Amino acid sequence: MNSLLFNVYNHDTNNMAAVIEDSWQQRHATRQTLATALHAFLPASSVLITKEDLRPFECDGLAVYRELPMLAAMPSTLDEVMRVMAIANAQNVKVVARGSGTGLSGGATPLADGVLLSMAKFSRIEKIDALARTAVVGPGVRNQLISEAVAHLGLYYAPDPSSQIACSIGGNVAENAGGVHCLKYGLTVHNILKIGVVLIDGEAVTIGSDALDSPGYDLLALMTGSEGMLGITTEVTVKLTPKPQLARVVMASFDNVEKAGEAVAAVIGAGIIPAGLEMMDKLAIHAVEDFVRAGYDMDAAAILLCESDGTPEEVEEEIAKMEAVMAAAGATACRVSNSEAERLKFWSGRKAAFPAVGRISPDYYCIDGSIPRKSLAHVLRRTDELSAKYGLRCANVFHAGDGNLHPLILFDANIPGDLEKTEAFAAELLELCIEVGGTITGEHGVGIEKINQMCSQFSDAEREAFFSVKRAFDPNMLLNPGKAIPSLNRCAEYGRMRVSGGQMPHADIPRF
Amino acid sequence: MESFIQSVQKTVRAAAGSNTPLAIHGGNTKAFYGGAVVGDALDMRAYCGIIAYEPRELVLTVRAGTTLAEIDAVMQQEQQMLAFEPPQFSGGATIGGTVAAGLSGPRRPYAGAVRDFVLGARVVNGVGEDLRFGGRVIKNVAGYDVSRLMTGALGTLGILTDLSFKVLPKPAAEATLQFAFDEGTAIRCFNEWSGKPLPISGASWHNGIATLRLSGAAAGVAAAREKLGGDMLDPDTALVFWRGLRDHQQAFFQTTSTIWRISLPSTTAPILQNMPQLIEWGGALRWVAGETDAKTLRETIAAAGGHVTLFRGHAKGAGVFHPLGGKLAEIHRNLKAAFDPHHILNRGRLDNF
Repeated sequence: MNSLLFNVYNHDTNNMAAVIEDSWQQRHATRQTLATALHAFLPASSVLITKEDLRPFECDGLAVYRELPMLAAMPSTLDEVMRVMAIANAQNVKVVARGSGTGLSGGATPLADGVLLSMAKFSRIEKIDALARTAVVGPGVRNQLISEAVAHLGLYYAPDPSSQIACSIGGNVAENAGGVHCLKYGLTVHNILKIGVVLIDGEAVTIGSDALDSPGYDLLALMTGSEGMLGITTEVTVKLTPKPQLARVVMASFDNVEKAGEAVAAVIGAGIIPAGLEMMDKLAIHAVEDFVRAGYDMDAAAILLCESDGTPEEVEEEIAKMEAVMAAAGATACRVSNSEAERLKFWSGRKAAFPAVGRISPDYYCIDGSIPRKSLAHVLRRTDELSAKYGLRCANVFHAGDGNLHPLILFDANIPGDLEKTEAFAAELLELCIEVGGTITGEHGVGIEKINQMCSQFSDAEREAFFSVKRAFDPNMLLNPGKAIPSLNRCAEYGRMRVSGGQMPHADIPRF
Repeated sequence: MESFIQSVQKTVRAAAGSNTPLAIHGGNTKAFYGGAVVGDALDMRAYCGIIAYEPRELVLTVRAGTTLAEIDAVMQQEQQMLAFEPPQFSGGATIGGTVAAGLSGPRRPYAGAVRDFVLGARVVNGVGEDLRFGGRVIKNVAGYDVSRLMTGALGTLGILTDLSFKVLPKPAAEATLQFAFDEGTAIRCFNEWSGKPLPISGASWHNGIATLRLSGAAAGVAAAREKLGGDMLDPDTALVFWRGLRDHQQAFFQTTSTIWRISLPSTTAPILQNMPQLIEWGGALRWVAGETDAKTLRETIAAAGGHVTLFRGHAKGAGVFHPLGGKLAEIHRNLKAAFDPHHILNRGRLDNF
């Protein structure tokens, strides 16, 4: 996150509006040429060129960054994607791919001089193979739809990001999406077998296979999480997992956050890999309880949701162990779901955490740091201190089992200065994650949001290696350029800005 | 130990300057695997030891020259394991070689492959730069996943130095069941069972006998055993069986000097039935013994959606791995040039790369 957020909020000054209008006009000729070329094979309704039509694409889930693309193309066949890419490549035009636009790091934020390639029309499930436990789906298929389509076979698609109702599988591949069950069932990279990809020059390749491995380098792993910078995913073969016969969740209350953190370590230490292990602090508990009435303990400083799944025998054995661990760790209360309805009710609060926080604050900003679990107490203490320092509340929800933090900073964009404070708070938190041996993004991606912190996490040589990977696929740097990997110049500037300890000077200078 | 890395950097810089290829090795237990490699030997075994092992974090960081035996012994004390069940072959295998070769054992379809557990890698690239990718946390999407790209690259993209893994608890209980099945029945049953919530951790077939391993909570394993039937192997025999499969000590692997590794969609019907065959990974990996024409074999298997590796054998003239063509080959060449522009790292090991 950087000072751009500030600028975007202030876009509606007359001066800024005039600048944007100028650049829109300047691109008129290129836009027309490109549109004409695309109309040769795409229906008029699939090539969007007016501001009104392009408005829905101006941002992804990180809505503070907005930009109208030069043009949007909505192909519906592989051949059309290949032709769009070949044309863009020939005319040296940048391309940003987009699925459902739910990403939280600005990975699908359009470029004013680029094509926005919407993959939304690839929304068909092409094939389900029950015996092989695989499904072949278009990149525009919503994550949850896959599980719904195979439920009758006793199977499901395991990764379940919170946005699973809306997010697309193509976007999941681009971001290597996780979810609340990934400690046990893995991330996107662990749950896909094969992808169809169109490269920048319009050529189609298959990466991965229906077997468990492929000859050569592991390009499937490299593509997963590459934020749309190496190729366009046009088809995904996902692995399906047998639906556990039973799942039950233990909900434990703690009178201080550190004890809850210790309980997380104790569960893992007892040799248990829970299906889900989530933590929420008091502010988050109160926000969700007021919103969805999940029956959370309002007196608790923190609660843990710890899920066991498997056969009834396995679950019974594991739940007993979990309860014993929670009690030994000093839980003040412990409840176990006794029905599927009750299990879903316990989870409803966690799943509604973001909208619930949205109800108690005009704006909130979600962070996605990942840390070694042992640093949890330290990071929480520092978060409290930072919260006091900046005078901003912070609600904490964590994928505690895998050390992935989602602190939500509460602010009001209409209060002058709140936004800059939020930026500085977030930047300090991410630097803290790096300091304790963690990472600036566990599952949301770098995009444009965390690009500055990439300067802290990686050396010049490492970032240059990333660029050389990109060039191996995209020599002219046309695919989603400017995202995920910061340039040397950018990092040099960020280094100078950080001198004043997270307080960013010159917040009015555009920086990307 | 940092001085070892510096000496590796120096060696690489000198080699790059004089265009001298380097042949990186650990325990040399997989010397048979991959193309013939030329160049000065770079022995990584002195760079060994556990850097950090925190059982409660489920994370292990080790130096590449550390032996699997040492890692096993340390993790045994915490009742944890590397869940991809890496082969040790003749003993002395190092973790660096394990990651470079990217080979996983019988648990692979059920727990995941080496690459699924690699969290981070520190590497010296072909121009002598010391680079760190990934990290020591379970979830990390900062930057391209270069540590997984290194996995299975046979040392052609960088010299692995420090490696971090996600580790898992050892299952509380295990049981091994055997069934008298023909090949087709075994393949069908393995796939059907894998679609059910059963705690399967290994599935192999050879000579009319299907062998299935269950791992997990004691109650879950007992319930699955009840449901599946079959004959239970006593624990010691079972241990020898799965180790023998993992390390290729079983008789099947000892009878001939040529072994083909055939990776296929697990549901593929019996194929190549005229050759001695051992199936594992629930049908997704089929080992075939004996001399045969590589080109014909590759065509047959590619048509079924798989690929063939000449795993052990001397007739490497036709290439060890399934040849890559067109755009994929170009991307491989570009990646190789990105990490090793002078083409000095393990030249020839991964066919042309």
